[in-house]
Amino acid sequence: MEDFLFAFLNWDIVTQAWPILWRGFAYTLALSAMTVPLGLAGGVALALLATSGPWWVRLLAAGWTDFFRAIPPLVLLVFLYAGLPFAGIDVGAWGAVALGFLLNTGSYYGEVLRAGIESVPRGQMEAARSTGLTRGQALAHVVLPQAVRNVLPDLVSNTLEVVKLTSIASVVALPELLFQARQAQNATYNATPIVAAAIAYFLLLWPLVRLVSRLENRAMAGR
Amino acid sequence: MTSTAPIIDARGVWKRFGGLAVLKGVDLSVAERELVFVIGPSGSGKSTFLRCLNRLEEPDDGSIQVDGIELLSPKTDINAARRRIGMVFQSFNLYPHMTARQNVMLALRKVLGQNKDQAATVAARALDRVGLAERMDHYPAQLSGGQQQRVAIARAIALEPRVMLFDEPTSALDPELVGGVLNVMRELRQDGMTMVVVSHEMAFAKAAADRVVFMADGQKLEEGPPAQIFEAPQHERTRAFIRQIDRH
Amino acid sequence: MDGLNNFIFSFFNLKVMAQYLPLVAQGLALTVVLALLIVVCGLALGLLLAVLRSFGIRPLNWLIIFTVDVFRALPPLVIIVLLFFGLPAAGMSVSGFAATWLSLTLVLMAFAEEIFWAGITAVPKGQWEAARSTGLTFLQTLRMVVLPQALRITIPPLTNRTIAITKGTALGSVVGVAEILGAAQSAMSFSANPSPLTLGAIAYLVLFVPVVALGRWIETRFAWKR
Ligand SMILES: Nc1ncnc2c1ncn2[C@@H]1O[C@H](COP(=O)(O)OP(=O)(O)OP(=O)(O)O)[C@@H](O)[C@H]1O
Ligand SMILES: [Mg+2]
Repeated sequence: MEDFLFAFLNWDIVTQAWPILWRGFAYTLALSAMTVPLGLAGGVALALLATSGPWWVRLLAAGWTDFFRAIPPLVLLVFLYAGLPFAGIDVGAWGAVALGFLLNTGSYYGEVLRAGIESVPRGQMEAARSTGLTRGQALAHVVLPQAVRNVLPDLVSNTLEVVKLTSIASVVALPELLFQARQAQNATYNATPIVAAAIAYFLLLWPLVRLVSRLENRAMAGR
Repeated sequence: MTSTAPIIDARGVWKRFGGLAVLKGVDLSVAERELVFVIGPSGSGKSTFLRCLNRLEEPDDGSIQVDGIELLSPKTDINAARRRIGMVFQSFNLYPHMTARQNVMLALRKVLGQNKDQAATVAARALDRVGLAERMDHYPAQLSGGQQQRVAIARAIALEPRVMLFDEPTSALDPELVGGVLNVMRELRQDGMTMVVVSHEMAFAKAAADRVVFMADGQKLEEGPPAQIFEAPQHERTRAFIRQIDRH
Repeated sequence: MDGLNNFIFSFFNLKVMAQYLPLVAQGLALTVVLALLIVVCGLALGLLLAVLRSFGIRPLNWLIIFTVDVFRALPPLVIIVLLFFGLPAAGMSVSGFAATWLSLTLVLMAFAEEIFWAGITAVPKGQWEAARSTGLTFLQTLRMVVLPQALRITIPPLTNRTIAITKGTALGSVVGVAEILGAAQSAMSFSANPSPLTLGAIAYLVLFVPVVALGRWIETRFAWKR
């Protein structure tokens, strides 16, 4: 027990590692603040193409989506970070993360939003157009708000996944929470920093998990 | 009423939901082969009482005997007891993932322990009795409401229960489908089934019931032969209720 | 033209690809084994927890809900790293394979429990009552009446979630598992050429595109029909 506490819940180490863990935590928040909007933007674009483009554009969008949903995000990230430089394209760690998340989470958001848009009855678009709104206006003011409402549980759940996914940025040495925890662990030969990081992730994301769970139960009961 | 020992004997049944007393000491005894009709305003506790009679609701107080079994005793095997008490619900509650025949067979196999062939034969006979021999292999979604309710009746009678409980069996049905279900119930009665029926089908009650029980506010207010309750009720509440029902 | 040649030489270098094909194929096999282990164990545990939860034992349910919340909130990579680098500090060591398998199994268990439970609660109360009124026991009712209906509506969300989590097998490369990504990365450093990575990406596509398409098909097939 003593050993266990020493190895996993060592208060001395927590105080020692605190500043660097805290910086990692802030970095994780910043990464999330970048990747979520990026993914959403990509998702909206994909969803619009997949629902209102000509048939070949739709097909392309569906293929694109399936492609990036089939490739594990870490593979994509390693490819962008370690592969591209061989071809003389060096986007750096930040660039790789930004591009990777745009492609990966954009596809997930796109799929969710596409389902949302398809759940809005055709008549909504027609009614809006009949009052003289342009296609874009009708989408922005009539269709998208309803679409978002219909798939809110999936959107929130996806956002939770995106924030969790920022942890893979540690693989390309971006100093986010997991990376800093590993550094601290290497410096102290003690697992406490990783436990502390796990607790930090949990405290950050637990409210979101509760929210998703509530929204999902309601959606399932409505079937 | 007959003089033999009652097959259902409920005494002083109390039921509370949170602070709300829904049944306040209800007594009811039903003789073998008797058809008892239970009427009363919405929320008076009719469904709750009926569900106490097979312990789908757990009464807080009182005693219930069915066919000699002390239903509320902790020693009673409730699942064995329940197969002697058939129940038919307002919303049918057929299993949507099983055909009509499979719906009937499930308890035959798992509760009575019949083998597949036995259960299939018994189920076919029960479905034939409710006039659905031709629809045995249909799923509930492929049947009309009236047909679904008849399958539900077949599911209950296949277990050869000693009594049958009906909770508004026709109120979820379109008017033209009600007759078929009532016909099945009439035949059951002719075959001597003991039945307790919660329903607002007054014409059926007048024609088929031995006794009508009027419930209000969780109590049995009065009971008697249909003629008496419908033509000459004692209580003002009963009179008001009958008048309102008659109007439509 | 030089740019294109350079591109092809880097990413579609057939010579390099041919050389490292066996290595990446071994990685593919390992990924399949790992993924199957995760799917089987994760779904079974998730179903078990959901069934336990339906007994309605308060303290047990709190424990189940908390456990599920923990594994939904933690990033899988954090769990893997915690098990792989953390446990040795306590004198227990696990292989990278075991750490990855255990972590993703727990994550899938958590998500599956949540989905199964939502499915069970979505089955109308009348189904329980009808079955119990014919004398079926609680467990018989759960197994033969409620679960078959619950599973049907859980299939689409469960398929998608299972795919997303099994893709996490790539995280095993971080703790030295020679699954597809791990194998491709070593090949890339041996050959100083990223073509093996392309090969790895193709391996993932071969593995997951059919599954993703299947998921999409299941979604349209099961979603609104009942
Ligand atoms: N599970 C429950 N929890 C809380 N209250 C309940 C529950 N079931 C019934 N009640 C309440 O008990 C009262 C009696 O309900 P019950 O369903 O027995 O009435 P009823 O006579 O069958 O009415 P109706 O004619 O509308 O079917 C109502 O006020 C109802 O709201
Ligand atoms: Mg009722």
